[in-house]
Amino acid sequence: MSTPTITTDTRPDSSASGNALTQRRSRPGEVAFRMAMQACLLIAFGVLAALLTWVLVKGWNRLDSRLWTEMPTGLASRLDTAGVQSALVGTLWIISLVALICLPIGILSAIYLEEYADNTRWYNRLLELNIQNLAGVPSIIFGILGLGIIARALGLGFTVITAAIVLSLLVLPVVIIATREAIRAVPQSIRHASYALGATKWQTVSRQVLPSAVPGIATGSILALSRAIGEAAPLIVLGAVTFITFNPDGLDSGYTALPIQIYTFITRSQSEYTELAAGAIVLLLAIVLAMNSIAIFVRNRFEKRW
Amino acid sequence: MSTSTSNAGSAAGSALRRGRRRPVDSTVKVLLVAAALVSVATTVGIVIALVQPTIGFFQQVSIVEFITGTSWTPTFAQKAYGVLPLVAATLTVTGVALAIAVPLGLGSAIYLSEYANPRTRKVLKPIIELLAGVPTVVYGFVALFALNPLLQKWWPTDNGPAFQNLLIAGIAMGIMIVPTIASISEDSMAAVPRSLREGAYALASTKMQVSTRVVVPAAMSGIVAAVVLGISRAVGETMIVTIAGGLTSDRIVLNPLEGAATMTAFIANISSGDIPVGSLDYDSVFAVGALLFLITFALNAVSIRMVRRFREVYE
Repeated sequence: MSTPTITTDTRPDSSASGNALTQRRSRPGEVAFRMAMQACLLIAFGVLAALLTWVLVKGWNRLDSRLWTEMPTGLASRLDTAGVQSALVGTLWIISLVALICLPIGILSAIYLEEYADNTRWYNRLLELNIQNLAGVPSIIFGILGLGIIARALGLGFTVITAAIVLSLLVLPVVIIATREAIRAVPQSIRHASYALGATKWQTVSRQVLPSAVPGIATGSILALSRAIGEAAPLIVLGAVTFITFNPDGLDSGYTALPIQIYTFITRSQSEYTELAAGAIVLLLAIVLAMNSIAIFVRNRFEKRW
Repeated sequence: MSTSTSNAGSAAGSALRRGRRRPVDSTVKVLLVAAALVSVATTVGIVIALVQPTIGFFQQVSIVEFITGTSWTPTFAQKAYGVLPLVAATLTVTGVALAIAVPLGLGSAIYLSEYANPRTRKVLKPIIELLAGVPTVVYGFVALFALNPLLQKWWPTDNGPAFQNLLIAGIAMGIMIVPTIASISEDSMAAVPRSLREGAYALASTKMQVSTRVVVPAAMSGIVAAVVLGISRAVGETMIVTIAGGLTSDRIVLNPLEGAATMTAFIANISSGDIPVGSLDYDSVFAVGALLFLITFALNAVSIRMVRRFREVYE
């Protein structure tokens, strides 16, 4: 593993080591390297911060109650009184359903894999590989799954429930992997103590292991839900790109969601739409980043160190 | 659960002598297995959803034309189904994204892991994880409306970047991937045992030498896994390329200043219009989807192997 970036060779260095013990010598190469590494961090996150600030400035004029009290419109003449209420309500619908569908399935799967499955069996190893692979499948492929199987073959159509099922399957691996790590972090001695007191397997899992793993599970679940909120690609394949001017009123209702609505605004050329898109992005970012902050806070604050 | 509590005490004695079937425990196990099977069903569902229309597609278009054709024009009157233009655009965007994300991500990780003091790291690491959660539609928006106008303004020659182009999509994607690569690489660098660093320092290595010749090689499988994950995300990313990458697919576009459709952009674009179910255009979405699935499947396999190796060494 020779590294091409280094030009200083080691010999003058070893002769200088006597000096280095008595006085701090600054080597130009060292300083340059440190500054280059620091610059990477500053550039990457400076650009990102600048871009997010730019979005905030761009959408500033639209950041008022119109955003959540008014409906989107496809008519440029009515843009003054346009907002994203149906998209916001659609996103809330979808995310509540994703939480109901995905979290129980994900947490139960993780309990099976960690506490019940015999890891020497080929089918359990296959199950594990399958989940790792699903975590890396592009989101648009889940859209194709939704289009081919859930919307058409199962006949659920282009409805709120189809979107919720597709997004649930998409973030399921995130929940499973995070929950498994949280469960694995609970020491074996807790389980042994519980068994020694005569508890059954399920009593041990439900009353000892799971309560201890709650912070980790909560963190993973919130991160998964926030990812589902921001996903647009699968919903585009599911045909959600239109101006929907009503809020969903049931599982079989038509819908739009924030990221989709933003995409629809972007595809319009008028600059008013660009501003509205920026406003909607600020709303979306506020929701997503708030959720991620809570998740990271929960992990850092409540996670038990054994 | 309430029933099992009342049973547990009285049943404990007999349980020592022979395994007694507990209804709650066995019901629970069935439930757990059922939940675990959902992910298997998902994979099976994806394969079924892809395979059937793809077979239909290849009954009308030869595989040779699909793989070697240099024009992809399902929406034109003169239809052609060569997937190479889509693949070329995908590779171009991925290449640009990696050229940005790998140095910046690795540099950030080295700084955080080796140079930053613990308090700075404690503040910065969560921020990086936070930024990894920014939805991709946001990156598409800033690429098209903020970054590209800047690029066009600063471009030194006359024939600058187009309104939508592969370069700007790649740059935005690179910025998007940096937090992922930085975060995973930093994790694997943090997993390198202290003793390795201290051994190198004892041999009078400088901090730069320790970073580049000890820490980076020792964390290499984690770094490679991070980069492969970055490639996989770039190949499968949809919103940035759909918004800022352009639509051309009737020829192979090699100039990154021009716009061209990637595999994902094609899928998103054609399926947001009205295409009749069962038509060749409808099936072409699934054929491209199947190719995309195969590519990311291979990338994931590499990444999973690498992560496993990096775990085996130091845990």
